[in-house]
Order: sequence, then structure tokens, then C-alpha cells
Amino acid sequence: MLVVENLQLKLNGNAIINGLDLHVGKGEIHGILGENGTGKTTIANLIMGLSNYRPTGGRILFEGEDISGFSVSQRAKKGITLAWQEPARVEGLTVRDYLSLSAKNGQIEQYLLMVGMEPKQYMDRDIDATLSGGERKRIEMASVLAMRPKLAILDEPDSGIDIVALPLLLNGIMEMNKQGSSVLLITHSEKMAEISHRVSILCAGKIIRTGTPLESSLWFKNNCLTCPHINEPAH
Amino acid sequence: MIRYSVEEEYRGMIDAYQKAGGDESVLKSKDAAKLVVHENRVLANDGIKGLKIDTEKTASGVRVNFTVEKGVKIDRPVHLCFGLLPKEGLQEIIMKVDAQAGSEVSVVAHCIFPNAVKVIHKMDADINIGANAKFDYKETHYHGEGGGIEVIPRAKVRVEKGGVWQSTFALSQGLVGKLDYDFEIFCLEKAVAELVVKAYGRGSDDIKIVEKIHLDGRGARGMAKSRLVLSDKARAEVRGETYGNAPYARGHVDCMELVNGNEAVALAIPIVSVTYDTAKVTHEAAIGSIDRKQVETLMARGLDEDEAVDVIVRGILK
Repeated sequence: MLVVENLQLKLNGNAIINGLDLHVGKGEIHGILGENGTGKTTIANLIMGLSNYRPTGGRILFEGEDISGFSVSQRAKKGITLAWQEPARVEGLTVRDYLSLSAKNGQIEQYLLMVGMEPKQYMDRDIDATLSGGERKRIEMASVLAMRPKLAILDEPDSGIDIVALPLLLNGIMEMNKQGSSVLLITHSEKMAEISHRVSILCAGKIIRTGTPLESSLWFKNNCLTCPHINEPAH
Repeated sequence: MIRYSVEEEYRGMIDAYQKAGGDESVLKSKDAAKLVVHENRVLANDGIKGLKIDTEKTASGVRVNFTVEKGVKIDRPVHLCFGLLPKEGLQEIIMKVDAQAGSEVSVVAHCIFPNAVKVIHKMDADINIGANAKFDYKETHYHGEGGGIEVIPRAKVRVEKGGVWQSTFALSQGLVGKLDYDFEIFCLEKAVAELVVKAYGRGSDDIKIVEKIHLDGRGARGMAKSRLVLSDKARAEVRGETYGNAPYARGHVDCMELVNGNEAVALAIPIVSVTYDTAKVTHEAAIGSIDRKQVETLMARGLDEDEAVDVIVRGILK
């Protein structure tokens, strides 16, 4: 479904993404596990096509089509979406309005329930600074669930989520996957990566190995947690 | 100049209001108090127990005395409807408001100028909010796409001990034209004032906003908030001034001006002052383009860029 070939991003002469190759299959939850500063969010932004994230090399193929030059909207219309690590807050835009942008069937309440939020309590609130970070992130997930994308890029979906809501969030991701969405799950948490079918290890802007969640977690623990190189070419 | 009959004027005002997105039932309702003025002619004046609306025709508008009697709490909003249907003209509203002690009322003013090519609409208001009274004032303008209108609302508001003044001025339908808004509020002990101005400037709109709050009584509180979005060659200047002149006064100035494009110009001038060490006045002003992350968040849900900007603008001006 998603093929990333030799992707590169240089900023001010520094290689941030350094010849990255990635394959996400149809119906797959593919984890990307990496330490802080290895380029996880940058990959998410490059695949979604955000401004200031134009690849300096390589290409991104989605369902066989080169989407490297596509705008964010064009990619979204192809079925790709992104749940931001720190989602934007928009004054005057209610949760109802926001979810309605994504939901094709208009049944938006169920998506809030899937992330453990009571629709009556939240539906008419603005997605502004009055929401806590965790509440905003759960609404972001609900919005992605409502969109039923072909590919959901989830950037650190568990950060800022409390232990009560986390299992609901994981269930939501798995439910979305069951309904046909592929998921690119970007995380620094081995626990979170466990729900993936395959997990790739990211080091200094490059995928250095891909395996089962167990294999990759072990490798990550034994090698990455003590490794000093961040944004330096991997050896 | 074309002259309209009273019925035609009334029908024309309601039609224009409805076309601009207003709910005509509020102007037709027999249960709610309302005043409808076209140019300098009063087309409807329906009072309610505890509320007196006296009017006097002047050469260029009307003089209105609006009195809410002591302790009277009016459940349903009172509707004021001012407007001009012809392309040219002047309407001056001279308003005196006396919300007596302990009263509560919500007033919704609809100002309708659908055909304006050369129209001036002025309001001079002298408002007194009695002790522990609560007055909520919302003014919404419905302009056409001609932009040939000059709107000059001026108000001096005195809020007595424990009283509350809340006002929202919104101009987001049609072109603004020229707006020169100047509200000055004086808050006595434990009085509260909240002012909100929202406007969407396009074309060559010229917007000037002054929100001035004097926190003169112990424990008085005030907030001056403005939200402006500017496109094309629109210009806006916002002055938010708050003076903490008494112990434990609390004030805040909150100004956001978003500029869409390279030709619109936004200027914010916040002034905050305190003269007591226990008083505190804060301000925040944000001027700039529409936040890229907000736009891309909505684009990632399938909206085109223009649609995303539109959703954000409508949210800010809501």
C-alpha cells in the first residue's frame, strides 16, 4: 500500500532522513520504533506532505502512485491521514464540527465513545486551549477513526494519554485496522509497538531493521537505549 | 430618493435580515419586546412589562430611551432592529439606557444595510448599569457586498457596584465598509465588563476599534477581546486599553488579528496600566497569518486549503 524509497531530507546541510526505505502492506499495522531525535515525526510529516517537509530525494508511492508532489489535501483524498503528536487547537471549532469533517456517515458519537469520551460532555466544546492535552489527543484519534482512512499515520498516539484511556485507544486502533485501515504507528514505546504486525527500528533517519514486534523490541532494548548516535549517519 | 410605505419598509427589513441569515421569527414574535427602526421611522415598538422603550424621531434618526425597571428580570431577549434599505442615507441612533438596580436583560441588536452604496450609520449610547444589574448586549451587522457603508458605534457605559456589562459586536456578513467602533466602560466596585468585537474585513474595508475599560472600583474586573480576520486590501487597527485604577482590579486585553494574503494590514495597540500594587492587568496580542498547522490539520481530513481557511475563519468569528 505504502512504499517509501530512498527518502531523504536535508535541512541546513544536515541529513535528517537519510535514505529511508519502508513498506506498509494493506491491512498492516506497521510500527516505527525509535528514540527521541531519530526522525520519527519527520517521517510522519513527509508522508503526509506537510509544508516545510519536502523530500530532497527519493519518492513516496501510495497504491502504486507517486504522491511525492501531492498536497496534504490530495493525499487525504487518496485515503491518507495523520494524527499529530501535538494536535492543533482551533478556536470556535467544536468537537462536533471537527468530527463531522471526517465522518462520512454522520454517526460521530460512536467515535468519541471508542476513545473513552462521553459525547454529551464533549460534543459542543471547542477544540481549543480549554481541553487538556490528553483530551485533545483522544479527539484527534476519534477524528481519524471517523475518517476510516486507507492509511492512518499515528504519531506517538499514546503520549499524554492516561492509563485508563490507553487500552481504549489501543482498541480503537485495532478496531480501525479490523475495518480495513492500514496503520503506520510511530512510537518510542515498545509496549505500544506490540499491537503492530511488524516493527521497524529507526536510527538517525534510516530504517535499520524490520521484524516481529518481539524481535524488534528486544533489539531496540539491547541496542538503541544505550546507543549515542542521534541524527548522525548509522554505522 | 425612493420612498417606501411603512409595510414595505417593515417587510423589506425582515426580508433583508432573513437573507443575511437572521431568524425572522424573532422579529415577528408577539412575545418578545422589540423595536424596529428604518431610517428615522419607528416601524414597531413592542414593549413588555418592566421595560420601557420611548422613541423620538429626529431629522436623521431616532432618540431612544431604554429603561429596565428596578429588579425586573426579562426572560426573553429584547430585539432592536435598525437599518436602511436605500442605497444612500444617514441613520443616527441616540440611545440612553438605564438598567436599574437588580435588573437583568439580554438585548440583541440587528443592523441591516443590504443595499448600501453611501450610507452612514451612527450610534451614540449613554448607558448606565445599576447596582447588581446585568446587561447583555449583542450587536450583529448584515451588510451587502457594496461596501459603501460607514458604521460609527460609540458608547459610554457606567457599571455600578456588582453590575455586569457584556457586549459582543459582530460584523462578518457582507463587506464591512468603514467601521469606527469606540466603547468606553467605567466599572465601579466589583463590577464586571466583558467586551468582544469580531469582524471579517475584505475588499478595501477599513476597521478601527477602540475598547477602553476603566477599572475604577475595588475588585472590578474587565476583559476586552477582539477577533479580526483580514483579506484582500482590508486594514484594521485595534486599541485595547485597560486601566486598573483600584485595589484588586483585574483586567485582560486579548487581541487576535489574522491576515490572509499580502496586502491586508493589521495593527494592534494594547495599553495596560495599573495604579495599585494589588491590581493586575494582562494582555495578549497575536497578529499574523492563519496558523499553518491548523490549516494542514483540516486538510489532512480531506478539505482543500481554501475550505480549511474558511472553517478556521468562521470559527474565530463565531
